[in-house]
Amino acid sequence: MDFEFTEEQTLLQEAVGKFLEKNYTFEQRREIVGSRVGYSPTVWEGMAGLGLLGVPVPQDDGGFGGGGVETMIVMEALGRHLSVEPYLATVVMAASCIATVGTPDQKSYLLPRIIDGSLRLACAFGEPGARYDLNHVETTARQDGGFWVIDGAKSVVTHGAVADLLIVSARTSGAPGDRDGISLFFVNPGEDGVGGREYPTYDGMRAAEVTFENVQISSDSIIGMADKGLPVLELTVDRAIAALCAEAVGIMTALNAATLDYLKTRQQFGVPIGRFQALQHRMVDMLMHTEQARSMALLAAVKVDDDNVTERRRAVSAAKELVGRAGRFVGQQAIQLHGGMGMTDELIVGHYVKRLAAIDTTFGDADHHLDRFVAAETTPAEPILAKPRSKWKQI
Amino acid sequence: MDLDYTPEELAFRDEVRAFVQANLPHELSRKVIEHKRLTKDDYLVWQKALYRQGWAAPHWPKEAGGCGWNAVQCHILEEESAQAGAPRVVAFGLYMVGPVIHTFGSPWQKQHYLPRILSSEDWWCQGYSEPGSGSDLASLKTRAVRDGDHYIVNGQKTWTTLAQYADMMFCLVRTSTEGKKQEGISFLLIDMRSPGVEVRPIITLDGEHEVNEVWLTDVKVPVENLVGEEGRGWTYAKFLLSNERTGIAGVSRSKRELAYLKAIAAKEMLGGRPLIENPRFRDKITRVEIDLMALEITVLRVLAADRQGKPLGPEASILKIKGTEIQQALTELMMEAVGPYALPHLPAQWSDHWLGERVGPEYAAPLAAQYFNYRKVSIYGGSNEIQRNIIAQQVLGL
Repeated sequence: MDFEFTEEQTLLQEAVGKFLEKNYTFEQRREIVGSRVGYSPTVWEGMAGLGLLGVPVPQDDGGFGGGGVETMIVMEALGRHLSVEPYLATVVMAASCIATVGTPDQKSYLLPRIIDGSLRLACAFGEPGARYDLNHVETTARQDGGFWVIDGAKSVVTHGAVADLLIVSARTSGAPGDRDGISLFFVNPGEDGVGGREYPTYDGMRAAEVTFENVQISSDSIIGMADKGLPVLELTVDRAIAALCAEAVGIMTALNAATLDYLKTRQQFGVPIGRFQALQHRMVDMLMHTEQARSMALLAAVKVDDDNVTERRRAVSAAKELVGRAGRFVGQQAIQLHGGMGMTDELIVGHYVKRLAAIDTTFGDADHHLDRFVAAETTPAEPILAKPRSKWKQI
Repeated sequence: MDLDYTPEELAFRDEVRAFVQANLPHELSRKVIEHKRLTKDDYLVWQKALYRQGWAAPHWPKEAGGCGWNAVQCHILEEESAQAGAPRVVAFGLYMVGPVIHTFGSPWQKQHYLPRILSSEDWWCQGYSEPGSGSDLASLKTRAVRDGDHYIVNGQKTWTTLAQYADMMFCLVRTSTEGKKQEGISFLLIDMRSPGVEVRPIITLDGEHEVNEVWLTDVKVPVENLVGEEGRGWTYAKFLLSNERTGIAGVSRSKRELAYLKAIAAKEMLGGRPLIENPRFRDKITRVEIDLMALEITVLRVLAADRQGKPLGPEASILKIKGTEIQQALTELMMEAVGPYALPHLPAQWSDHWLGERVGPEYAAPLAAQYFNYRKVSIYGGSNEIQRNIIAQQVLGL
């Protein structure tokens, strides 16, 4: 039992903290959110320079070789600064996914470009009718000659419009809802037949509705094995959830600090409002929710790397459920304790609260994960299959 | 970052587990798990088994007769005992007054009392609360006046848990009315057989006799039973409370209760299906389960900090509040789970010896009483509101 960071992890924490303090103040963030692309290419470059874009990539593939804990460290800091950079999609999800099941060619082409900051990816897993079900995939991919042909629509693809490459879940066999028959593909958004509509989300990010109409992609665009994509899809999303929990803990910690500061400085009836017991107890409850959330983010960070899929699902879903509840409480009370000021766009408080709300509805809200937690033991745990090596292909 | 025990800790856990398995009578663990009424002997059987093993006081230093274990080892014993259904160790002697005597007591007090506490020869009770002094404990009025080699004690204590079994009481008394109210308090050890000590039962809403009033009328207490210095009792009382560590969260017991709740909810039927499959009820159980998972990690964080000698952070302060909320939620759901069969009030059925005709399932009989009884946990040991005051002041600086 050990809750200490290693020396390397501590250095990582300091590096990312320092970098964001300098380059991601609330004012700087406001400009980034309002910019044309909706993220900061300069910051992205800086993050590449620090090696942050390779955190979960194995050292053999040129990365930092980190796991859930390293990702947690970075995400907590990104949360504190309300980052809108495409880190979750590109690094936590896409890069890990490629490192897990990509072919040697895919890895050697894509991973260095992700790590050096020249390539951004987005994950198009959601569909209009799917809500949070990863296996509800109606988008299809069929083989036609030497190509895959994709048809369908993906919803609320975060950073979809700035991505150089999309990872798309599509059905290669079976019916929507089947666990089998899902495959993952790289799709270049510039391909003929890819349509998109970008829009802002209330947390300062951008997302897109993406459509695929008879989109032809090359046969080596498949990631992992055909029909066997669900386990890797689920693992990728679990990594994202663990990361989101850490981000939420970073936000709640910052929100509590801001609220506590306000309680100590705001005067009413001739005293700081923090003298009032009703407000003191509310603040204590916010602290308790945050510490419980921190415990669960730790659990998720450690268990997301667990080979035991049931253990992983239980920990990750329990964390997301509790963080969802905690985030709602902390967010609502932070506004309440700030009074009218909490309602303004000027203060960072409302921006924190909005991101917490967005996190709850990303990759499954508290209710969804309550169900998934209960079903964890009885849900099949299929193995993660990489594409067979070429010598097998020839047989 | 590693949430698992080290190989040494695992080996230690196996040793503890084997001991518990070999020494906890099956009949006793069944009574504990099924919430049957426990007798004085039930508690003593387990405490004496621990004593024979040399494990009665795992957290005391070795020179005091304890094991000198670190926080993780103590936690492992607590966890293994609770999971197996051992009765809780009655805290007043081993966990409360023992460390106070060892730290502040006279050589005679150490020599005389500590061995008797270790062997459970003396049963202790706690004379803190008074009718007019609950959360505002320092306002206590029980008066002790020095008269030669004795103090003459007059006053009334209340909510005194299991005083009906007690041989000794550690008692906060007022020896001075001068200065700050905290400064006039002293810490006395009172023999419950002294003339003038009268124990009157208080029957609580569950129908049980667990707490008492203790009336003290001209009770003569020898001066050698004053712990430390006169007027410093408040300091010792605070030290006693600071010894309350991770055990206060009750995580291991709550894990056992959760398993029991699930077992009941699997037997109870609703619309032809087990109750546990009903989404509304299942969700309530599951939220508690997730809260408990988080609290367990929070406890481990506190233990890890403690092992490294670091000051306890805010996570330590939430253990009592969160732990008792979970305990109360579990008792509430158990009562809810048995539906109308929570209603029959037949205390005889809570005993292990009931041979008469039962009303309702056996497991249902004690659950309502348990629910009502557990309302106490958010009140005792510093109410949860007082705990919030403490966190607000000491952690948040409000």
